[in-house]
Amino acid sequence: MHDTKVKLSDVVERHTLTVLVDNEAGVLARVVGLFSGRGYNIESLTVAEVDPMARTSRITIVTSGTPQVIEQIEAQLGRLVVTHNVTNWTAAEAGIEREMALVKVAGTGEKRVEALRMADAFRARPVDTTHTSFVFEITGNPAKIDSFIELMRPLGLVDISRTGVAAISRGPEAM
Amino acid sequence: MDKDDTLQGAALTAEAAPESMIQAMTGAEMVIRALKDQGVTHIFGYPGGAVLPIYDALFKAEGLVHVLVRHEQGAVHAAEGYARSTGKPGVVLVTSGPGATNAVTGLTDALMDSIPLVVLTGQVPTHLIGTDAFQECDTVGITRPCTKHNWLARDVNELSRILHEAFQIATTGRPGPVVVDIPKDVQFQTGAYHGPELVRHRTYRPRLDPDLGSVVRAVEMMAKAQRPIFYTGGGIINSGPEASKLLRELVDLTGFPVTSTLMGLGAFPASRPEWLGMLGMHGTFEANNAMHDCDVMICLGARFDDRVTGRISAFSPGSTKIHVDIDASQINKTVRVDLPIVGDATRTLREMIRFWKAGRHQADKAALADWWKQIGQWRTRNSLAYRPSGTVIKPQYAIDRLYELTKDREVYVTTEVGQHQMWAAQRFKFEEPNRWMTSGGLGTMGYGLPAAVGVQMAHPDALVIDIGGEASVQMTMQEMSTAMQYDLPIKIFILNNEYMGMVRQWQELLHGGRYSHSYSEALPDFVKLAEAFGCVGLRADKPQELDDKIREMIDVKKPVLFDCRVDPAENCFPMIPSGAAHNEMILAEIDDGPAISEAGKMLV
Ligand SMILES: Cc1ncc(C[n+]2csc(CCOP(=O)(O)OP(=O)(O)O)c2C)c(N)n1
Ligand SMILES: [Mg+2]
Repeated sequence: MHDTKVKLSDVVERHTLTVLVDNEAGVLARVVGLFSGRGYNIESLTVAEVDPMARTSRITIVTSGTPQVIEQIEAQLGRLVVTHNVTNWTAAEAGIEREMALVKVAGTGEKRVEALRMADAFRARPVDTTHTSFVFEITGNPAKIDSFIELMRPLGLVDISRTGVAAISRGPEAM
Repeated sequence: MDKDDTLQGAALTAEAAPESMIQAMTGAEMVIRALKDQGVTHIFGYPGGAVLPIYDALFKAEGLVHVLVRHEQGAVHAAEGYARSTGKPGVVLVTSGPGATNAVTGLTDALMDSIPLVVLTGQVPTHLIGTDAFQECDTVGITRPCTKHNWLARDVNELSRILHEAFQIATTGRPGPVVVDIPKDVQFQTGAYHGPELVRHRTYRPRLDPDLGSVVRAVEMMAKAQRPIFYTGGGIINSGPEASKLLRELVDLTGFPVTSTLMGLGAFPASRPEWLGMLGMHGTFEANNAMHDCDVMICLGARFDDRVTGRISAFSPGSTKIHVDIDASQINKTVRVDLPIVGDATRTLREMIRFWKAGRHQADKAALADWWKQIGQWRTRNSLAYRPSGTVIKPQYAIDRLYELTKDREVYVTTEVGQHQMWAAQRFKFEEPNRWMTSGGLGTMGYGLPAAVGVQMAHPDALVIDIGGEASVQMTMQEMSTAMQYDLPIKIFILNNEYMGMVRQWQELLHGGRYSHSYSEALPDFVKLAEAFGCVGLRADKPQELDDKIREMIDVKKPVLFDCRVDPAENCFPMIPSGAAHNEMILAEIDDGPAISEAGKMLV
């Protein structure tokens, strides 16, 4: 009798969710409070107004949990009075995810040359240069940024600032 | 996951509205006007600096009864009692800071039990917000997790929209409490008032109509069921009395057995043969076993609470589960179901009946007869039985007598939290919805007395009884004074076992009988206490005097505090210990062996 059921799985999956919300006071606190109150993870969270006329903001959340927890997170987000809609990109598999990072690397000599060479390969752009340091700007999916950071670590990595993920659907349709 | 657009009648846009629908007035006047436009007749409140302009507007208002409570928690519980017994939203007005924080327990209680409340809080003037001003607290921050939604109304021209949205959100979809926090300067300012017909929320569209394809599948599953059961909950009550009627009709058609959660008692008449009693931790043997062994479970407006399911992995392992709920987030939350249906209970039941009839479905009569035979065997276990006594009042006996002596009246029952609550739920038989008000989700001691105040306010001629415990009633006792002030003849029937009985029971069963701080020491003399309030105090010590004393309680046209001295050692059975399965109930030993009640008594 159980074959119609969604598979119960203990496997923790990483999902990117976007939530279109009314941009009213306290809306971010509602979303963050929902996650902390119910014990859900937030790996990254970005929020910005996307339509000043309609006063809507898009929140992109990278979270992790079992499929059952992810389903609950979507339902709980959908239940917030301020929510227009919730999209799960990992399930939809039609989304583009991008993140930007600023990465500061300090060093001289061979390491400095190597850092610049790597940055070039990753299409990371130096946005600040001194004789002893670079700040690189890099955009891509989070995994690409992770690998770039790992490569920079032995080359004099000093600081990282990441924006968190923004996501949008492919093709002509709106989300 | 777009929200369904099922609300009827789009509102006019403000620009297109005729001038007459928009009027200039102060924020405080808007509050009064909005309440009246929403059909509010009663407010439960307590004044303070940050709501004085609203109290001033109230002073001049006609047609609004304000009930002055003695503590803001009492105001919220009273509003809950009012709401649950009428189906209308309860309205509360309290001041900033301590007024708002005192309301938090009631808000959480209402959120857990899905009770529609509109709670208005005063706030310090906008220019002082964030400065740690006198009686400032972050009310919207504090109440965000314990409301369905909340607002800080910073602009007087937004206030009427917010107030009307507040009523819409509190009362539609899955009902719940909302808070509107209104700074004092906004109450003084003048702005444009919009009537309710001009307001339509931008995003909020609760889904009410079920997916018909799913209803058809549900009905087919029901027709094929061998061992079906209806597992019903507070959603049936919240959906309105029509849902209870339709449930009866569906049971007429199918002949299936019915059990209910604590919240759903009264939706199905306890006198009918299909009624199995309450399920869950203190549910009947037959209800829990039927849940465990059923092959098709039809859950209507219940949410698989842990007090209902016991150990999830052992919960009704062989059944196909249909879950009807108005709140999509309840589906697959703790228990995976086979057929989810998101929709309002009334509408879904109506469609179920329609398709059952249209499909000329018949229940599987032979299978059902076997199922009822099995249930009959479980019933013979007589799981609510207790060992009677001729010398001490058994709490079960007290509830039975209270029921017998009041059942022919229009009676509303509220409760506190503890053993007395469970005995009341097990033994008091409800035939109608909206007659039973208890704190289910939060389990708030102190709920019942103020809730009774709210119920009696709404039903002045009814018999309103709070079945309480001696510990619980002391939490909100001061509302006796409110009952006196408004001539509310509520009956506080205390099963006084001199213990926080439910705590004592767990300590006896699970903590080696170490009764750590569960004895109710230094109890007040409840009779004298009643008299101090100007109420009537009654006491019964012996089973023989109980009936007369109960009759006296009923006849007195005043609030009564009834100190019913019961066996302090009695335990509430059946009981599914936390983490156990439905078929692992502990039952009372009443025939032989050392009964737990006797063993417990020696330890008192
Ligand atoms: C506000 C609050 N505090 C604590 C508890 C935990 N608790 C549950 S039942 C109970 C004892 C209640 O005692 P009483 O009112 O005498 O009822 P009895 O169980 O004896 O019938 C306690 C302390 C609670 N439910 N609510
Ligand atoms: Mg007690």
